[in-house]
Amino acid sequence: MRLYDIQLPSRLMLGTAQYPSPSVLTEAIAASGAAVVTVSLRREAAGAPGANGFWALIRQTGARILPNTAGCHSVTEAVTTARMAREVFGTDWIKLEVIGHADTLQPDPFALVEAARILTAEGFAVLPYTTEDLIVGERLLEAGCRVLMPWGAPIGTGRGLRHAEALATMRQHFKDVPLIVDAGLGAPSQAAQAMEMGFDGVLLNTAVARAGDPVAMARAFGLAVAAGRLAHEAGLMPPRDMAAPSTPVLGLADLGLGGLP
Amino acid sequence: MRLDLNGTPTEITATTLAEALTDLGYQTGALATALNGRFVPAAERAATPLREGDRIEVLAPMQGG
Repeated sequence: MRLYDIQLPSRLMLGTAQYPSPSVLTEAIAASGAAVVTVSLRREAAGAPGANGFWALIRQTGARILPNTAGCHSVTEAVTTARMAREVFGTDWIKLEVIGHADTLQPDPFALVEAARILTAEGFAVLPYTTEDLIVGERLLEAGCRVLMPWGAPIGTGRGLRHAEALATMRQHFKDVPLIVDAGLGAPSQAAQAMEMGFDGVLLNTAVARAGDPVAMARAFGLAVAAGRLAHEAGLMPPRDMAAPSTPVLGLADLGLGGLP
Repeated sequence: MRLDLNGTPTEITATTLAEALTDLGYQTGALATALNGRFVPAAERAATPLREGDRIEVLAPMQGG
């Protein structure tokens, strides 16, 4: 997968939050094969030993860092957070989140487009967390984004592709734009579904971090993403409404026992 | 003077952002700062004066999704 001229060895992007321990986190990243991991910024208490332990741990994984603007509800907040993240994490990549609702965590598309415009003008490689809305997608591309990240379902819900038909339309509409399904995936089968539909990648966190065995689940997602992509490239059969025998009927025995001709 | 550090009223004697971070015991390294909602790059902290009532944000890497 190629994003912003960077070739990535995996189509899975993994969040780093909510793991039971730092060692489980790093083992899960390795088991998933994820090429990109998301990170965030939070207030640091005065005199605290610092979160540098976490940062050192993440750097050791060798994964590409994708800072987010999680929790930002306005253009100014998101833009300021992105600028701070660029300095701390040393990357122009930013997963741009501008949240409109506290309960659904739905993106605010108007603020998102405005923030994307400001950040791309400053040289950021913006990966916007958006909805499946086509017009918003177009505006984000006009704003300079070269990747779109539509939600599967609200963050942390594990509901999968809640609007699969709309996502399929989006895939068809933006044929040449890398599309990553971000958020809402709860099971590897849902990740495989997104990949089979032709999405370029998936980004998830909670489904792995909150699994009974996060490391095993990370591997399961890695396999599902690879399988789904392979299936997409292989070309899925078109669905039919009526049955069609898979075993050839030519030369079928007539045993005279009242079977259908 | 009294200002607001990460949402908490804090008394400091430092007059610049860089001094304040040192006085407050922040380690150098992976920290980003904002003053009154505006990003202040590390290189500009020493030349960034502080005033009564300023709002300082000091952020560090954290797990995220």
